Amino acid sequence: MIDCLSRGVDDTHLIAAAIARLVRPRDMVVLSGDMGAGKTAFTIGFANALGVDSEEYVSSPTFNLVQSYTSGRMPIQHADLYRLSSRAEVEDLGLRELADMGSVVVVEWGDVASDVLGDALTVHLAHNDDADDERDITISVSGHGWDSRWDQLATAVRTWSVN
Amino acid sequence: MSNFVVNESTVILALETSCDETAASVVMGGNDVLSSIVSSQIEIHARFGGVVPEVASRAHMEALIPVMQSAITEAGILPSRIDAVAATAGPGLIGALLVGVSAAKSLALVWDKPFIGVNHLEAHLYAGLLDDPTLQFPLVVLLVSGGHTMIIEMRGHGDYTVLGRTIDDAAGEAYDKVARYLDLGYPGGPVIDRIASQGNAEAIDFPRAMEHDGLNVSFSGLKTSVINYVKKNPDVANVDVAASFQAAVVDVLCTKTIRAAQQIGAKGIVLGGGVSANSLLRAQMSERGAAAGFKVALPSRAMCTDNAAMIAAAAWHRLGADGPSSLSCGAYPNLKLDAVPR
Repeated sequence: MIDCLSRGVDDTHLIAAAIARLVRPRDMVVLSGDMGAGKTAFTIGFANALGVDSEEYVSSPTFNLVQSYTSGRMPIQHADLYRLSSRAEVEDLGLRELADMGSVVVVEWGDVASDVLGDALTVHLAHNDDADDERDITISVSGHGWDSRWDQLATAVRTWSVN
Repeated sequence: MSNFVVNESTVILALETSCDETAASVVMGGNDVLSSIVSSQIEIHARFGGVVPEVASRAHMEALIPVMQSAITEAGILPSRIDAVAATAGPGLIGALLVGVSAAKSLALVWDKPFIGVNHLEAHLYAGLLDDPTLQFPLVVLLVSGGHTMIIEMRGHGDYTVLGRTIDDAAGEAYDKVARYLDLGYPGGPVIDRIASQGNAEAIDFPRAMEHDGLNVSFSGLKTSVINYVKKNPDVANVDVAASFQAAVVDVLCTKTIRAAQQIGAKGIVLGGGVSANSLLRAQMSERGAAAGFKVALPSRAMCTDNAAMIAAAAWHRLGADGPSSLSCGAYPNLKLDAVPR
């Protein structure tokens, strides 16, 4: 587990970019944290780092459920489980299948359905009580998909790391 | 281009299954709505405490046939009177879109009628024109819903440019999330709209993001400021938060839309999408738009939210201009406003 401190949305973008440089097609990235914690902001930094064109506006998928951005280094599927209430609905979205077809899948509020999503890198964002703009960002992993990349990841986010 | 003759007696059956709503409509001549059925799930949502059960393809599959049958029955026509069948082909959820597209293509094949795949975003532009066919181009359309917030220049049928859009959350999403945070219930838009009228809109000076910065808008920061404000002032009255929040959203939407209309020399302003049912947005846009010299068209509330009548209207124009889509037309989850499904 890696704990980071983001001092504002620019830091959140940079941490997301550092992670994005290490992702591969078929990776599942779960974003968790309260409303306003910065999950969509994280995804904006993540998508920009993968080379998504500024014409493909990365925005919150809460209503549309899944949005994809295809102009970057690999296709990104940007999903949001906020409105869903059952495991069956999450299965209906077919996020694991989208990953298996060669996308990286970023799932906001994905922690509520981790059993459906399978192995994932989880990024938890939390409001910091000391300052409105600060966020505590915790990176963790389930499964073995990141075993060979974990040290690189720790190095990539060292600037913000508080471990 | 098209060798298919489209006129005021052309009857189109349209299906809409791009997101939450299953809808079917029969429209004659592009603007005479014979029926428009929406299987609104709002009642069910409320019972489940603010979330949408079964949003995806299965719910559409169950609802589509009864909704379609009601649309034909209510239109008072025989199926043989239908000249073409249309469906939303994108953007939306792939599984949900496929239900409508597959059903419409099957009917077109069986009845030997043309099929038209329709762009959902383009169709929203036609909702305003359905209610007021006398509108003159160029128009500025504010398309504002739970999933979209766009300011669009419409120079003519099929001729659009996106002038501005949200860079993060859609306006309707900000409404729902603030309502959820304040524990006001679902859907958030109507609740905030209703209680805001009892509050003081000047109680809290929430930020107007990007006010002087082009035609894009941003609502994520506003949502976060509401959360931060309520955390620090737990005794604040919900009605004042709702009124001040709504004032900020509506102010930004009106300022940017009117600025866009001035920049392109528009002949009018049209609202579309679910948030255009909001009473403050309707009142302010009418007042401020008129003061700036623009005709402002407000679609009826039924045409604001997702419906199939607007799909039929867009299909009528597309059929006349480009002819039918191919039966190999698929579902396109990322369809852009200016893309035509083939």
